[in-house]
This record gives sequence, structure tokens and C-alpha cells, in this order.
Amino acid sequence: MFRLDGKVALVTGATGGIGAAIATALHAQGATVAITGRREAELAALAEALGGERVLMAPADLADPAAPAALVEKVEGAHGALDILVNNAGFTRDMLALRMGDADWNAVLEVDLTAPFRLARAALRGMMKRRSGRIVSIASIVGVTGNAGQANYAAAKAGLIGMSKSLAQEVATRGVTVNVVAPGFVKTAMTDALPEAARTALLSRIPTQRMGSPEDIAGAVAYLASPEAAWVTGQTIHVNGGMAMI
Amino acid sequence: MSDTADKVKKIVVEHLGVEESKVTTEASFIDDLGADSLDTVELVMAFEEAFGVEIPDDAAEKITTVKDAIDYIEKQKSA
Repeated sequence: MFRLDGKVALVTGATGGIGAAIATALHAQGATVAITGRREAELAALAEALGGERVLMAPADLADPAAPAALVEKVEGAHGALDILVNNAGFTRDMLALRMGDADWNAVLEVDLTAPFRLARAALRGMMKRRSGRIVSIASIVGVTGNAGQANYAAAKAGLIGMSKSLAQEVATRGVTVNVVAPGFVKTAMTDALPEAARTALLSRIPTQRMGSPEDIAGAVAYLASPEAAWVTGQTIHVNGGMAMI
Repeated sequence: MSDTADKVKKIVVEHLGVEESKVTTEASFIDDLGADSLDTVELVMAFEEAFGVEIPDDAAEKITTVKDAIDYIEKQKSA
């Protein structure tokens, strides 16, 4: 079940904790993975950890409007097709709205929402032609619940959900599914930076009483990418330890 | 019939899965050949690829029949 042999996947933000776990999971299921991130040394380390085979390093900065189309072209040029797109790259620039400048808003929207749209648009061309494809975007629990200090990030993540539902309807008849995985609080460098008191308060709100692991998220992505998930489209899978039951 | 017309009709037959006899010059993609809006976008993409031309959105909107497509492509090629 859930094998991805012969499939080609592109994972953005693969140098992050969740991105690396997603790339690793798809690779373990048999896919060839193109890994994208801004930090080349960390991409190289991940490529090596994956054994160097069925891996394509594709450094890119998604803040560059031309990067998404170039990335898809690079992957299709190297491997003939792009079967699975995982929009994982994203970053936060938290502050209360009163202090949030246009630049803070725009920078987050650009990378967290606009770049995934550009990637999806570029990837859909080939997927529709081949009558098969998978697009999975990584949103966040805060895109549904909101979070003080994250108006920009929450808006971008909610936007991913709306975008995915729309794309899903557009391409459903072409064998392409478009879905979202919305993680709750996952143990990464980002959450490690939280003060102890904040972490304790956070855990008290999670029924499973633990933070998620990047692998918890990767498993949901691997499922949605698989042939077995062909009838699942326009959906958001919440992987959050029960923190929000939606 | 011109080469362009032949090639356009062949692409339409392949993409829409309709019988060749139905793809007359006057046929409308949506009204006569059962295409939906996504089909027409795919057709335009296929024409662009097959003929090496670029069909901007405002022009693509006006291509609703087989003849529209042939005329537009021939005009681009002779330009």
C-alpha cells in the first residue's frame, strides 16, 4: 500500500524539519525526490542522508517570482515528469497586527501562499496532460483557528486551504487531486525556540500531551500522494494530536 | 485543406475524444463537441505547443470554433 515507485516528487522547504521528513517518507515509498530550499549545504546533507540515489537537489528562493516555473521545468527536464508537488516551504514573521507593516504582511503572503500557487500552476500543466498528479500543501492549524500575532501567517495558511479546494474542483476530472495537511504544533527548531512556560501551556492544550514529530506530518503527506488516495480531493487533514477537532 | 487545418482537427479529435467526422470547420468546441471550459484551456495549450505560437488570454477567449483556431494560428504563422 501507498507505494510511490516510479513517481517523481518535488518537496519545497526540504531543509526544514517537516520538509526533510516528507522528502524522506516519499523517498522511502519509492519516489524520486527533488528537494528545494535556500540552504545548499543542508540540501546536500539531506541528499546524502537519502543515499544519493533518486534525489535531485534544486536550490531555489521562492521569494523570486520566476523560481516556481523554473523549478518545475528543472524537475521535468531531469526526470520527464512531475507527479507529486508538496508545497511545504513557509516562514513566519510574527507580530501583533498593530505593529505589522505591509512589508511583513507581503513577505509572508508571497512565500507562503503566492509561491505555492505559482508552483501548482506550473505543475498542473503536465499533470493534466498525463491525467494524473498529486498536489499537497502544508498549511497549519492556525489557518483554521487563528493565532494572535500571526495575522499574516494564518491568512496565508487559510488561503492555501481555499486555493486547494478551488484547484481540486478545476482538475478533478483529470485525475489530479489537490489536498492540504494542516499540522498542529510540531517539534522543530521553530517550536524549540519557545520559552519553557509557553511550551508547558501549549502542551496542556494538546490531548495527546506531546508535540507532533515531523514524521507524524510526513505520513499524512505520503498517504495523500499515494494511488490509494485517488478519491480524496479538496480535503484538509488535520494532524495535531487532537488540539483542534475540525 | 491546409496543413494547419489538418493538424488542428487532429488535436481536437485527440483531446476531446470525438469522432473525426464531427470536427467540421464550423464546429464549436463547447456547443458541438461537448467541451467544458477546462477542455478549451487544454486545447489552447495543445495548439500553442504544436504550432510554437503563443495565444494570449484575450485571444484564447475568442477561439470558440475549429475555424477560429485555424484562422488565429495561420495569422500568427504568417505574421
